[in-house]
Amino acid sequence: MALGEVLVDVAGVAKHFGEGPTRVDALREIDLTVTAGEVIALLGPSGSGKTTLLNVIGCILAPSAGRVTLDGDVVFDRGRWLRRDLRRLRLDKIGFIFQAHNLLPFLTAEENVALVLDLAGQSQAEGRARARELLDYLEVGHRARVKPALLSGGEAQRVAIARALANRPRIILADEPTAALDSVRAGLVMDLMRRLAVEQEACIITVTHDEKIFDRFDRLIHLRDGRLVAA
Amino acid sequence: MNLALKDIRHGLFRFVLTCFGLGLLMTVVLAMVGIYNGLVADALAAVRAPAVDLWVVESGTQGPFAEASSIPPDTRDAVARMPGVAAAGAVTFQTIEAAHAGRTLRLYVIGYEPGRPGGPLAIAEGRGMGAARFEAVADRKTGLQVGDTIRLGRNRFAVVGLVEGAMNSGGDPAIYLALADALALQSELDPAAERVRAARGAVGAPQPQVAAVVARVVPGADVELLSATVRQWKHLGVLTQAEEEDLLLSSVVDMARRQIGLFLGILLSVSAVVIALIIYTMTMEKLKQIATLKLIGAPDRTIVGLIVQQALILGMSGWAIGFALISTVKDVFPRRVVLEPLNALALAGIIAVVCLLASGLGIRAAQKVDPATALGG
Repeated sequence: MALGEVLVDVAGVAKHFGEGPTRVDALREIDLTVTAGEVIALLGPSGSGKTTLLNVIGCILAPSAGRVTLDGDVVFDRGRWLRRDLRRLRLDKIGFIFQAHNLLPFLTAEENVALVLDLAGQSQAEGRARARELLDYLEVGHRARVKPALLSGGEAQRVAIARALANRPRIILADEPTAALDSVRAGLVMDLMRRLAVEQEACIITVTHDEKIFDRFDRLIHLRDGRLVAA
Repeated sequence: MNLALKDIRHGLFRFVLTCFGLGLLMTVVLAMVGIYNGLVADALAAVRAPAVDLWVVESGTQGPFAEASSIPPDTRDAVARMPGVAAAGAVTFQTIEAAHAGRTLRLYVIGYEPGRPGGPLAIAEGRGMGAARFEAVADRKTGLQVGDTIRLGRNRFAVVGLVEGAMNSGGDPAIYLALADALALQSELDPAAERVRAARGAVGAPQPQVAAVVARVVPGADVELLSATVRQWKHLGVLTQAEEEDLLLSSVVDMARRQIGLFLGILLSVSAVVIALIIYTMTMEKLKQIATLKLIGAPDRTIVGLIVQQALILGMSGWAIGFALISTVKDVFPRRVVLEPLNALALAGIIAVVCLLASGLGIRAAQKVDPATALGG
């Protein structure tokens, strides 16, 4: 593991929905590599294919063609998944950060973070310790026993980041992570994510429209009509 | 981490309310089961009370419960003398209404010969009947107490003892009288009516008749042979205890039993649909959370466990509330409600199966959830 190591390699990926006159090409011949420690943004107008690409990299959506390699493992090639247990793959390698934090409302902040480790088979004590460590790091440790409904938007988003990082994934996918935050908090969240990416030797791929944070990214990837138009 | 329990605790008030609603439904189901059992138990109470082996009745009748039967009282002597008969007693049955303490009691009068078969087996309070006349032993449900007196016909009777669970198939509580008193109650007329009867030229009182003669046989005696012997007397018929019970269930209470049984079936079906609907709705409300769980890598067993555990906790809580409620209020019902442990356990089993099947619907919905929906795109 090292900074600069290729963690995401998308080669010739295409995705279309429907056939014949109703066919929609969401992604066309996408080639993209992202290395450890890199923080990139996927930009583009609505319908340009940003979320589709994020779903493909997150092993949620099977591409129609191309090859996807994550952390050195070819996971999709020649029209099929090469891993049977995609959820386990996501659990081990990928962390997700959502626009609307998507914390489970019946768990406390600490439990939301520890859940990922529980699912990964770690002991309860280990899970709670790691959750505490992350929450403290993200400066929401004092809200560990609070349920999401009582957290502010910024606190909830930081808890969601802690959850995404709990299992030390090397690929972090974020969908509009700062959409619900003001510019100051948005900048703070991005700085935090960048710092963690470097520390954990992970990469971060973010879908965003938030121009306030464009300067926080290493690269801005533009998509239009399913194609990469600049990188 | 048990997600099912965490989720329940999060919405505890709502979950408890749902359980309580389901519990009320289970109360009705258990009440119907209890009423069904009570109907059968009531019907068999009178026929089982004397604990006899043979019922000698009027030839060609299915007496004394399914049809009227009328035989001479001295039949008892003939039956008692038969080889293999340990003891025999004559009995009468009639339903009357009597006033007591400002209310009207509907009573099932059983006349028997104290010291012979036909009377109650166990006395719950007070004493059994002796040789004295104008004494009575009543079922507790009559509301009579030991020491009370009650006017039946033209005579007043002193209650000397109480029994439990003695009634007819209609649920009317029993009162035991000496045979002579019961026969007098059947045949004695009001003085005015007696004068009219005498004016019409009737001579003497009509010969009293008993409904049946019951007999216990000695151990090892051949009941079938005894029955065959009695049937040779052309004016008499005979039923064994088992035949009498079967007759009672197949004719006297059969329609009511089927009616309640059918209603119970409908009620169970409604309960199953309600449970399925609750569990399905509970799952549908969590689809976004399930999508999130799938996205972050939760295996199917975690999601299935969440749905199934909540379904079972809901079902079993509803059952427990229902059982507790019906156990508390069953004595308030005017008819007997008999809750057998086996019935309650069977219902628990049915509820568990219904919950599992209903979970299947929820699990199917959960399996269809696309984890991408958690991303909001």
